[in-house]
Amino acid sequence: MPVLELANISKHFGAIQAVNDVSFTLEAGQVVGLMGDNGAGKSTLVKMIAGNFRPSHGAMRMDGRELVLHKPAEARQHGIEIVHQDLALCNNLTAAANVYLGRELRRGIGPFRILDYGAMYKRAGQLFAELKSETRPRDLVKQMSGGQRQAVAIARTMLSQAKIVLMDEPTAAISVRQVAEVLNLIRHLRDQGIAVVLISHRMPDVFDVADRVIVMRRGRKVADKDIAASSPEEVTGLITGAIEQAA
Amino acid sequence: MAVTLDQTIAHKQHTFLSRLLSSQTFWVVIAVILACLFLSFATDAFATSKNLFNITRNVTFVAIVALGMTFVIITGGIDLSVGSVLCLCSMVLAVTMHAGYGIGTGIAASLLTALIIGAFNGILIAYLGFPPFVVTLGMLSIARSLAMVASNNTVVFQFGPDHDKLLALGGGAWLFGIANPVLYTIVLALITGFVLRWTKFGRHIFAIGGNEHAATLTGVPVRQIKVAVYMISALSAGIAGIIQTGWLGAVTTNIGTGMELQVIAATVIGGANLAGGVGTAFGAIVGAALIEVIRNSLGLLGINAFWQGAFIGGAILLAVLFDRARNFRRSD
Repeated sequence: MPVLELANISKHFGAIQAVNDVSFTLEAGQVVGLMGDNGAGKSTLVKMIAGNFRPSHGAMRMDGRELVLHKPAEARQHGIEIVHQDLALCNNLTAAANVYLGRELRRGIGPFRILDYGAMYKRAGQLFAELKSETRPRDLVKQMSGGQRQAVAIARTMLSQAKIVLMDEPTAAISVRQVAEVLNLIRHLRDQGIAVVLISHRMPDVFDVADRVIVMRRGRKVADKDIAASSPEEVTGLITGAIEQAA
Repeated sequence: MAVTLDQTIAHKQHTFLSRLLSSQTFWVVIAVILACLFLSFATDAFATSKNLFNITRNVTFVAIVALGMTFVIITGGIDLSVGSVLCLCSMVLAVTMHAGYGIGTGIAASLLTALIIGAFNGILIAYLGFPPFVVTLGMLSIARSLAMVASNNTVVFQFGPDHDKLLALGGGAWLFGIANPVLYTIVLALITGFVLRWTKFGRHIFAIGGNEHAATLTGVPVRQIKVAVYMISALSAGIAGIIQTGWLGAVTTNIGTGMELQVIAATVIGGANLAGGVGTAFGAIVGAALIEVIRNSLGLLGINAFWQGAFIGGAILLAVLFDRARNFRRSD
């Protein structure tokens, strides 16, 4: 059974049809590359899964049950985590503080609860070790490399039992060595049985790490196939419209 | 020997000493201590108990408001209305007590006024998206005007049946001969330090100052927290106003004039960053202390009082220079 199923999802803003009748499924432990030109509807689609927007038409089902999301916090409760394009990190805080931002651990009773620094450093350290990233929980994020910053943002998604992780352009604007690091982080999430949606403009990254590729053009899904059955040339053609619809 | 990943992750990059030496607050403390040592040798009047009593007490009014301002500045905001709010709260207290109500009623009315003004500022800033500078600049004008309206621009120096209690509250020294305002400041500083370091609220304040967008995306209640920090700032001005009224024994409509600039100077000297994300309770106190020591010493050394502004301004620039020098080294 798929983790998440989108059935005939559409979204329009006034007269603009951002997403038009899109259906697909996400399987556990699978990386899906979501590609398309600017304005193709990728971000709108992902924002509906993340609870930022509600679909105008169509339905989402998680583990076979109807899923209606009103706000991002509800998506999080259902195990849907998102890594934002700008990573949403606070430079003035430590790595551990960023991992736990918005869901800080506290100890004590009632109104006298204080931040549990020890537990947060410890758990954050474990997550970085799991991700095989040389990131120290006590270091400030402003001193970190692009790869380490990605590790902090990804560690956030592992705090609770995530089922789906949505990643918005995680490899844009970082160095070649750090791209390899981030792709390893994505493989690590997949190995834990998490469904990963990777939005990217970078063809090599998608063909390197994804199991399946979905291509969007002008709000419609024009391809949804195994990566092995496709090629960068075909995907480029689908993105630009040189190929109308995948075979 | 190979270093394992676990060792790398567990490694602490900063020792206590290196953190201390790189902190602006630490160097300002050193400056205050050196200035005090120098003044004790250079003048006979500085190290007398009467002068020290005066200095510590004079520090407190700016220091208490600076504690509240620290919350606002950490979120990346600014509150220019504190001087006027202090005046309005003093006047509400004075007028209420003058009309025959007890000290409890007076203080309650005064603090309630502060909270309403803080909430008003905060709601305009957080929910309607007004720039903090503009909102609080407007309130600077409004609050002082309201104080004039409340008192008909007269001096109030009779505080009804609880007159003596109010004067004891601000002017007494209940513990080991330490002036009462100093005791209040210490208690408030400890509370502020605790909230900033150990509570979820404090953590979220730093997050908003660091990256407001990120705080919103991660589910931090940004708007509510912003309203709260402007309420805290106004409340601190109200508390300082009550204490100052008790100490002075009279309220005029020009107390607290220009105080906002001293308060902001104190927090910045103490290490807070006006761009947001950085600041401590201890820094606010130390910054206020440095300003007061400079002021006091100029008088004792017989330097013309007109030089005061130049020295305090110099201290602001010097303190921020430390911070810049550190950042230059890092960015090289």
